[in-house]
Amino acid sequence: MTNKNFNLIISGVGGQGLITLLKIITESALIDGHDVKSSELHGLSQRGGSVLAHIRFGAKIYSPMVSEGKADLIMSLELLEGLRYLGFGNKETNVLINRYSLPVLGGLKEEEILKSLSRLQGNRGSTTSSGPDKNLYLVEASKICKEKLQKEVISALYLLGYAVYKKLIPLKEESVLKAIEKLIPEKYLELNKKAFKLAKA
Amino acid sequence: MKKVLLGNEAIVQGALEAGVDFVSGYPGCPAAEIGDEFGRIAKENNIYAEWSTNEKVALEAAVGASFSGLRALVNMKSFGANVCLDSLLPLAYTGTKAPMVIVIADDPSCHSSAQSEQDSRAFANMSHIPMLEPSDAEECYEFTKLAFEISEKFNTPVILRTTTRVAHQRSVVELAGYKKRDQLKKGEFVKNPHQFSTMPPRTLEMKKELLDKIEKIKQFAEKSNLNFISGNSPSPKASARQVGIIASGVSYLHVLEALNEIDLDLPVLKLGFFYPLPEKKIKDFIKKFKKVLITEEIDGYIEDEIIKLAKDANPKLEIYGKNLLGDTGELNTEKITVAFSKILKLKIKNEPYGEQAIKLEIPRRTAKLCEGCPYWHIFPLLKRIAPEGAVFGGDIGCNMIAGLPPHSMHDYLFSMGASLGISHGVKKSTNQKVISIMGDGTFFHAGIPALINTTYNKSNPLIIITDNRITAMTGHQQNPGMGKTAMTEDAEELKIEEIARACGVKHIKVLDPINVKEFEDTVKEFLEKDEVSIIICKRICALLEKRQSAQQYD
Repeated sequence: MTNKNFNLIISGVGGQGLITLLKIITESALIDGHDVKSSELHGLSQRGGSVLAHIRFGAKIYSPMVSEGKADLIMSLELLEGLRYLGFGNKETNVLINRYSLPVLGGLKEEEILKSLSRLQGNRGSTTSSGPDKNLYLVEASKICKEKLQKEVISALYLLGYAVYKKLIPLKEESVLKAIEKLIPEKYLELNKKAFKLAKA
Repeated sequence: MKKVLLGNEAIVQGALEAGVDFVSGYPGCPAAEIGDEFGRIAKENNIYAEWSTNEKVALEAAVGASFSGLRALVNMKSFGANVCLDSLLPLAYTGTKAPMVIVIADDPSCHSSAQSEQDSRAFANMSHIPMLEPSDAEECYEFTKLAFEISEKFNTPVILRTTTRVAHQRSVVELAGYKKRDQLKKGEFVKNPHQFSTMPPRTLEMKKELLDKIEKIKQFAEKSNLNFISGNSPSPKASARQVGIIASGVSYLHVLEALNEIDLDLPVLKLGFFYPLPEKKIKDFIKKFKKVLITEEIDGYIEDEIIKLAKDANPKLEIYGKNLLGDTGELNTEKITVAFSKILKLKIKNEPYGEQAIKLEIPRRTAKLCEGCPYWHIFPLLKRIAPEGAVFGGDIGCNMIAGLPPHSMHDYLFSMGASLGISHGVKKSTNQKVISIMGDGTFFHAGIPALINTTYNKSNPLIIITDNRITAMTGHQQNPGMGKTAMTEDAEELKIEEIARACGVKHIKVLDPINVKEFEDTVKEFLEKDEVSIIICKRICALLEKRQSAQQYD
């Protein structure tokens, strides 16, 4: 990844902790010695709406936004919001999605979302497997965090841990941990680190 | 020290290094983090920060500070500039005493702005106030410091104009650092009506002085390294050598990205100054080319200027801009790449992979009321019990969500406080029932003059104030109704019912909307009144309540 910039799309629903996730990733990239830029939205779109953020890091970054079809990784905290932004990817893009659904009025059924995801991402057909299948990774981040840490909202950190340990994102484990220590208040620090490391297993 | 900063945070750092003493503003997206951050750090830095009740008084407060010798910064979103315009124009005439920087944040694509896709750069031309346009957080930081310098050098306010992708961009900033001061600075107001009073016949003299000043600033802009040319090496493609690009704001970054992607190195004139434009520099640049592409977001102000300049400098120049890039919505690398491919007649490989996903027709996930939001008790009830044909006036803030499904109850939505202004007109013009809904922050911002107009002119809409005890939508800023200032000091808690009474409203009810029966009965009763009536639905924002109780048990 030394010559090529890394393009990351993160998406979810307002209130899922997307901005904290974005801050940790941009800080980690800086610690790793990259140039980094990101773009986020606040205000109206944050009130339970669809949230999309762009992150780019590498030797030299110009635009803060990822172009369509150029994402290296699409990471989503929610199923439908993962599907919504697939257009930022291409056949090689890794797609990492929290298998968690926040239904929307007139929305798609979970099976339909899964079917579309696997069709578009070209996986080998098993829509029910939660493990990696080609470049689509469906991970039960919310469920695992609820079971093991009694906190669903921490799933963003679990997902980031998954991306780091499975090498879907070129960031060093210790840089991310440093960034978490810098950005998360004392009170929630252990919980965040635990969620991040949970994906190591 | 290198840090990743949000554009707005970088502006705060720049202002602190420039020795800012006095900060005022009104919260709006994408500018609000500036005032939030100042509110948080003002005390420890011994500076003064306030959330003003609207942008006009925010600007006026800063004018008072500047006239008294304090370095001032005002922050607002695009529409705030409309509100403060009345005082912005005379400020250009009087000029400043101590330096003053005004941050105006536009929102191309209307990500969080209801009323229009406004290009506030027009105000620079109109008011003759210098305007700078940063592209990233580093420039937000540097340009803020420079804006204070320009303001000090020329005794003029300077506008720093950002957009969503600049204000809400995080990027790496190399900070010089600053020393916290040990006490709050007090200035002195030295009387000088010759400078500070715009009174005819002096006003016209002032205009002449202002235009002379702008000429001097133009000379400064010609030499400034804020306007520079990047990329120069001869391109391998002959056709490309005849093309130049002129870029402003975040579009400069998209241009570099697009050039990088298609592996071209074209000269780019980057304009950090929007007003006054460095005309000579632009003329010298456009002389060299057959074609230029101008990239600027929203309106084509720079393009219009270049069309004028080219008549003299290079009459055969082919000028591309809005005709290829469009005049609606923000720019991005993709749009600029397509423009390049048309101008240079290049075939650019484009994988339409994304289209498959887009064709799925994924239902929109629009903003909605938070879980536990007190407005859940208000909107559905009003919709249910309002008589057939009742007209609903909508207003800005979390109230906007009433216009979205499942509520979908707005009959009109304009600007801060406008629900009531328009409701009065509808009520006067029809025999229909009119219900106007407005939040507490909006009431203080612009609702009071509309209320006075309504009572004075004997109208009778029913006004619902959705008082959630804070300015919520923009990120929980303090307002006059909650007894706290931006620096979290105690303040007089202004009661909306007392203001309404003083404005001549006879039928006033303050209630908790969770008491459905009381709420329902009052709405029914007040809808029959011949005079203006007002129901103040007082219940704390659910997010704020959650946060407060979390703090309590810490």
